[in-house]
Amino acid sequence: MIPSIPKFPLAHGIDVALDWLTQHFSWLTQALSHAISAVIDAIVSGLLFVPPWLLILIVAAVGWRVAGRRVGILTLAGLLFLWNLRLWQPTVETFTLVLISTLIAVAIGLPLGIAAALSKRTSRIVMPVLDFMQTMPAFVYLIPAIPFFGLGAVSASVATVIFSTPPTIRLTALGIRQVPADLIEAADAFGSTRKQKLFKVQLPMAVPTIMAGVNQTIMLALSMVVIAAMIGAGGLGGEVWQAIQRLEPGKGFESGIAIVILAMILDRITQRVGRSSKVASAH
Amino acid sequence: MTKIRVEKLTKIFGPHPEQGLRMLDEGKSNAEIRETGQAVGIADVSFEVQEGEFLVVMGLSGSGKSTLIRCLNRLNEPTRGHIFIDGDDITRFDREHLLKLRQTKISMVFQHFALFPHRTVVDNAAYGLEIQGIDPDERRRRANEALELVGLKGWADAYPGQLSGGMQQRVGLARALAVEPDILLMDEAFSALDPLIRRDMQHEMMQLQQRVKKTIVFITHDLDEALQVGDRIVLMKDGRVVQIGTPEDILNNPANAYVERFVENVDMSRVLTAQSVLQRARVLAFPNDGPRTVLRKMADENYASLLVVNRDYTLIGSISAEAASQAVKDGVETIGALVEETPSVPPTEPLMSVIGILADWRWLLPVIDENNKVLGVVTRAAVLTALAENNDTSVSDAERSDAA
Repeated sequence: MIPSIPKFPLAHGIDVALDWLTQHFSWLTQALSHAISAVIDAIVSGLLFVPPWLLILIVAAVGWRVAGRRVGILTLAGLLFLWNLRLWQPTVETFTLVLISTLIAVAIGLPLGIAAALSKRTSRIVMPVLDFMQTMPAFVYLIPAIPFFGLGAVSASVATVIFSTPPTIRLTALGIRQVPADLIEAADAFGSTRKQKLFKVQLPMAVPTIMAGVNQTIMLALSMVVIAAMIGAGGLGGEVWQAIQRLEPGKGFESGIAIVILAMILDRITQRVGRSSKVASAH
Repeated sequence: MTKIRVEKLTKIFGPHPEQGLRMLDEGKSNAEIRETGQAVGIADVSFEVQEGEFLVVMGLSGSGKSTLIRCLNRLNEPTRGHIFIDGDDITRFDREHLLKLRQTKISMVFQHFALFPHRTVVDNAAYGLEIQGIDPDERRRRANEALELVGLKGWADAYPGQLSGGMQQRVGLARALAVEPDILLMDEAFSALDPLIRRDMQHEMMQLQQRVKKTIVFITHDLDEALQVGDRIVLMKDGRVVQIGTPEDILNNPANAYVERFVENVDMSRVLTAQSVLQRARVLAFPNDGPRTVLRKMADENYASLLVVNRDYTLIGSISAEAASQAVKDGVETIGALVEETPSVPPTEPLMSVIGILADWRWLLPVIDENNKVLGVVTRAAVLTALAENNDTSVSDAERSDAA
């Protein structure tokens, strides 16, 4: 018989740590939860207050302006179809969740990406953490999110932020590191300070790459909405989740296709932001 | 006045530069130092640049010239030695002073232009001014002036990606000139351009220098370019200075075999001038000489013609042996009426165009100063000899005298 080695108490340790955190910091997380939830509610009711046809026209016009006629027409047709499927409200809820999560992810990811690009040491710490965040099954984040933030959209957005921030960090760092060495040298040769170099050369040159990262973040955030529905995030994910529980394949497909349409619209529009023609044509 | 003085400047790359310095002082070779993981960028380089001088630093790749020019504004931190600019040792400057120096006194033009693709031409040209915190109207005005200086008026709102290579480098030059620096560092500035455009740019650069009178340190690996633009040339090899001198010094008195090998492929006719093949005019004719006198003077020196000058040695023309003989037969008293018009060149005339003139002019070609005074003569034989010698520097003196 192999002598039985006692199991390493990893699960127990994490539980204890989380319990401790919940006990001592739940006042903070609960307050945060209320604040975020208030913002989400406000945006959702704001968007729902606008008549759907008007909002659809506005979004289609934005798509046209930013990404051209084809994307404008795609946006118009797609959103009208969603409205027709009677999925307008869950679509708005999902969009809001993605929007909030993406804003938070960018607010965290951009500075971290810059720090990782400019400091080797920061990069060495951040990169393995990113690998961890991305490979850990996303469900796992949901479990501790509930005691901290309660059931609902806030927990969902926190889990979504954790899952979707890495591309913004990675591609921000990549974009800044990719700025050609001779341009950095030129900036130095004219006596730029580090801050001037960052804001006048490195960041502007990295914009297309950073936007590719933000685009990835949005796509990942959208892919979290179904999973987040399991803890009551609602939206299109909630519709899918309901269809699964009631075994209604038709309804499931409807909601699934709605998610695909929303994803395509967000993807096409954000892909174009920042990839302004002047940067693409030069160098 | 000395603008830049470089004193025993050394740059060692690698994790332990002090070890490299020690080995350098022990007289170890670059290869031996490289085995320890250090690399010698430049070693004990000293030279001076005068205010308004166009100094060319020339050498093959790996000779340390790029390292050297980057030490002058401390993009490369020198390991040892001093750089004095206007008497201040900039190797001791703190970061604040260094930034100030780069912003206002020294600017740089890069081999691959290094323009900012996300900025318009005028915003590129204004970059240095923007860094100094000059307000937008003022910097736009000064950037536009600089663009006009380099011939890019009307391109202010284009993006660099829309311009040809030659025009992009003009933007690079405008960006450097806009801050009105004392010193211009040009790192292989024309090497990425195709040959025709490169020649134009060299030409324009020299004209521009007449107007702006900057102190220029210009890096190149192209000796023809160095000879063309440089007032003086610093020749480098393996991080060390091999020779410093004017283009003619370097061509005519190569310091060692390395320089000799370097210069042997130069097209001498573009580099040498009438001055370098000038001979003293041993005899001259005067307008009131008799034809017999003139013929005797020619016979003494074995000339087929003579230059005719006034008493103050200003040039009138020349007279040929045929014309003088005819005059003797005709019983003419003086040669004054027989003088033929004669082409002449200044001492700075390149040999290339001297050759062109001598193709049509069979007699002595006078070299004159700005007052039309004869300094000497150039003969076909002298030109050919000069070209033959300089194109054949590897031939030893013994062989040469054998051939003669």
